[in-house]
Amino acid sequence: MIEEGKPLFVQIAEQVEDSIVDGSVAEETQAPSTNELAAFYRINPATAAKGVNMLVDKGVLYKRRGIGMFVAAGARDLLLKERRNDFALRYVQPLLAEARRIGLEPDDVASLIRAGVEPVTP
Amino acid sequence: MDSVIEVRNLTKRYKDVLALDDVGFDIQRDTIYGFLGRNGAGKTTAMSILTAQNLPTSGQVRVFGEDPYENARVLSRMCFVRESQKYPDDATPRHALASARLFFPQWDQELADDLVEEFQLPLKRTIKKLSRGQLSAVGVIIGLASRAEITFFDEPYLGLDAVARQIFYDRLLTDYAEHPRTVLLSSHLIDEVSNLIERVLVIDAGRIIMDESTEDARAQATNVVGDTAAVERALRGREVIHRESLGRVASVTFVGRLDAAERDALAAAGLDLAPVSLQQLIVRLTQQRTPGRDAFAAEAQEGSLR
Repeated sequence: MIEEGKPLFVQIAEQVEDSIVDGSVAEETQAPSTNELAAFYRINPATAAKGVNMLVDKGVLYKRRGIGMFVAAGARDLLLKERRNDFALRYVQPLLAEARRIGLEPDDVASLIRAGVEPVTP
Repeated sequence: MDSVIEVRNLTKRYKDVLALDDVGFDIQRDTIYGFLGRNGAGKTTAMSILTAQNLPTSGQVRVFGEDPYENARVLSRMCFVRESQKYPDDATPRHALASARLFFPQWDQELADDLVEEFQLPLKRTIKKLSRGQLSAVGVIIGLASRAEITFFDEPYLGLDAVARQIFYDRLLTDYAEHPRTVLLSSHLIDEVSNLIERVLVIDAGRIIMDESTEDARAQATNVVGDTAAVERALRGREVIHRESLGRVASVTFVGRLDAAERDALAAAGLDLAPVSLQQLIVRLTQQRTPGRDAFAAEAQEGSLR
């Protein structure tokens, strides 16, 4: 779950974002606390706090005094928009780079994608 | 910055070895440190001096702003879990825990009882007859339950199996989250503790060679793999700390950061970039010298000048 290379607090923030994007933590419900994240991912609480603060700065989480962190209204749309914007960079470009290396044209890639979406007929 | 420990120009000389060589550092309040380095690098000597169990040859140590030596006010706020703690011959874990309870004002008996059960520690057996792992468990339990404002764990895991070590790490994190305090954790199992520690203090041959946040330390080095000539061209002028090669492929670790443009250029040259784990980084940084050798060399040189 935890990999080298990306700062740990960024990975923690992404894990929380994942649970908002897939709907398992709904908007206006309580998000996991810093200490819960630290215990679950077995990381230093200061690192977990940094990840949570990053999400607060981004407007994904907000603090209700005396209760804890909550998922902001509109957080899911915000994250979906961000991920759709990043999609080409993160997934399509590496895909096309590998295609070029092995001699596949963009059209070939497109038909492979279509074939992948369609159910395989025996 | 809020420091609980301040060390300046600390030197410790044993007969023929310079164990600490003009060392200076601060320890921040409520932070978990990894205190890392090879055997003989000076970790235990430093911790012994900080807890007034040993005297420096020269230099200053301040703990909570005071000299810790024979200072009960300061010593009761610190707990030093030694790797080779000595107990009286007929002592049992029950005795050890009872005296710790008397000594540490913040002692939590409930936590101690929980941990005894979790580590399945036989309380009535004499400590002499405990296994190495059970002996380590005694130290770990005292270190956690003391809730001392500064706790030193000197290789607390010896003889503990993977399950018991995980219990220790988990309990340390949850108890630290509820009762923040300063912890110095000395360990050779760097991969195991790298996510627990907020700052890294690395000592090598009696000198501090790294004192920074774990996050910055992690981002410090990068590994580049690819055609030897291309790698060498790409890394010209960089501080290389390790080189390996297999046929025409080289794997080189260097210290320094790359910006996005540099990353793209390396990728375009067909080179693969890989992060370097904290353990790899510290191994690379401390393997360049044999521990103690520099101290001996310095000593010999000094002798010849006399």
